[in-house]
Amino acid sequence: MKFTPEQVRALAGQARLGLTDEEAERLAAQLTDVLQEAERLKELDVEGVEPTLFGVQLVNVWRDDAVEASLPRDAALAAAPDVQDGFVKVPRIVEE
Amino acid sequence: MELHDLTVRELRQRLAAKEVSSAEVTEHVLRRIEQLDPHVGAYLTVTADQALAAAKAADEARARGEAVHPLAGVPGGLKDNIVTEGVRTTAGSRVLENWTPPYDATVVRRLKDAGVPVLGKTNMDEFAMGSSTETSAFKKTRNPWDAGRAPGGSSGGSAAAVAAGMGYWALGSDTGGSIRQPAAFCGVVGMKPTYGLVSRFGLIAMASSLDQIGPFTRDVADAAELLNVIAGHDPKDSTSAPGRAPDFTAALKAEAKGLRIGLPKEYFTEGISAEVQAAVRQAAAELERAGATVEEVSLPHAEYALGAYYMIVSAESSSNLGRYDGVRYGRREAGADVPAMMTATRALLGSEVKRRIVLGTFVRGKERLPEYYMRAARVRTLLRRDFEQAFEKVDVLLTPVTPTTAFPLGRRVRSQMEAYAADICTVAVNLAGLPALSMPCGVGADGLPIGLQFIGPAFGDAQVLQAAYTYEQLAWPEGAGRAWRAGKEVDVDGH
Repeated sequence: MKFTPEQVRALAGQARLGLTDEEAERLAAQLTDVLQEAERLKELDVEGVEPTLFGVQLVNVWRDDAVEASLPRDAALAAAPDVQDGFVKVPRIVEE
Repeated sequence: MELHDLTVRELRQRLAAKEVSSAEVTEHVLRRIEQLDPHVGAYLTVTADQALAAAKAADEARARGEAVHPLAGVPGGLKDNIVTEGVRTTAGSRVLENWTPPYDATVVRRLKDAGVPVLGKTNMDEFAMGSSTETSAFKKTRNPWDAGRAPGGSSGGSAAAVAAGMGYWALGSDTGGSIRQPAAFCGVVGMKPTYGLVSRFGLIAMASSLDQIGPFTRDVADAAELLNVIAGHDPKDSTSAPGRAPDFTAALKAEAKGLRIGLPKEYFTEGISAEVQAAVRQAAAELERAGATVEEVSLPHAEYALGAYYMIVSAESSSNLGRYDGVRYGRREAGADVPAMMTATRALLGSEVKRRIVLGTFVRGKERLPEYYMRAARVRTLLRRDFEQAFEKVDVLLTPVTPTTAFPLGRRVRSQMEAYAADICTVAVNLAGLPALSMPCGVGADGLPIGLQFIGPAFGDAQVLQAAYTYEQLAWPEGAGRAWRAGKEVDVDGH
């Protein structure tokens, strides 16, 4: 398949990614190229082959439900761009 | 031998014998960074005061006759995607250019507990996406042996630092070759451990099922020493392997007899330059003469590794990079509402990162998921099985690391896949979660190092080290990371 700049802009919108027009043009051509390599995987018969989704096969384990030291709130908030009363502040989300 | 060119083990002996102090050594290396790094560009941040404080503490512990960790007082650097409490950590990105983490990665904690001075944070491709360190938002790193060439990537700063004597070791991370390829380009030893052997807690995530931290050193024994510090279970990383890690220095036995080596025929094809193939085959021949058995093996799905890799790496990294939204940490660009603020903030990301986010968003889309991502994950199983079958016959695989010696900075490619093809020999190892070590095995016609790669079965890290150590003792007993260059000086004439 072939990517169009409009498609690239739509995908970038889903990922909240600001792109210039020039970036969208260039990405469309480059991604078409990369996807061609992925299209080659369709030569293989993978019917019945289990997917490998993790780096190692591990089983779930439970830790004790014990309180442990964690990052103090002030330290966790120290790098936030905008903070008020112990909360991260962002532009208004809800309409008045 | 110059002080900055010693191996970790040689320096440790001198420190233990009190021939030199860690403070003297650390000052010496910091001076070297001051003089040389304006030309090489290996470091983004130098933490001189902290390094000297740790060095003095190690000296005092030794003077008091305390039992100190073998690596106490031996300074090195960290790739800038490994978080450090109180020290700026950028991952090579504008989005994190002023981020100071409130905690240490587990590997950093372990190094500090061992009394190891950290010299600073090394340059890298943005969020570890790239093969030349040129996607760093901050600066170029030059190959120490030819200033017009790339150091490789994404851990190019770490490789260049160790090659140029600006640290005795460095840590990097490897998602598709990001330790092994720069080690080959800069002529040092670089190891990607088995997935799960080293904690990823505090490693800024690229592709979580592929990422692994590992060491750069000047010889194989030093790689084992570093692995001893950083390997082992960590409750803070749910994918970290249970149990204690073995003592990897026990694997350092030069014994070619009984070693079964496989040369996968798919790694010796026209895409790999003739001189690289010849150098790797020469290494196999030396091992065979010393008593190893060498046979050709096949990894039948090898040609599909790149396609599967770019689907998986894009899907996982686009998900992981969702967190750089300007809300909780990192830079924020102003916007009238939250979506506008996030979109403006994420516009700061570089083009390689954007490329992978858009592709990952595409392949993770509900209607495309079976066609691309899930298919790639099934091919990943086939690739894993290829390796498992090969390891029924041989102990280690021996392959090239890169198609050529270091390519020029600013190289032009005709297509995006041509650029990505630089990773052709390294990505399958990550997809299968295996350990692999890259080390110099010769010199190209351009005077630059050629690397080879030993690959072992999962958790066969000791097997890989043993094979590499055996080869090193045969071919480069002074240490593969410095013997190949025989008096070559760091290139500072490039500009």
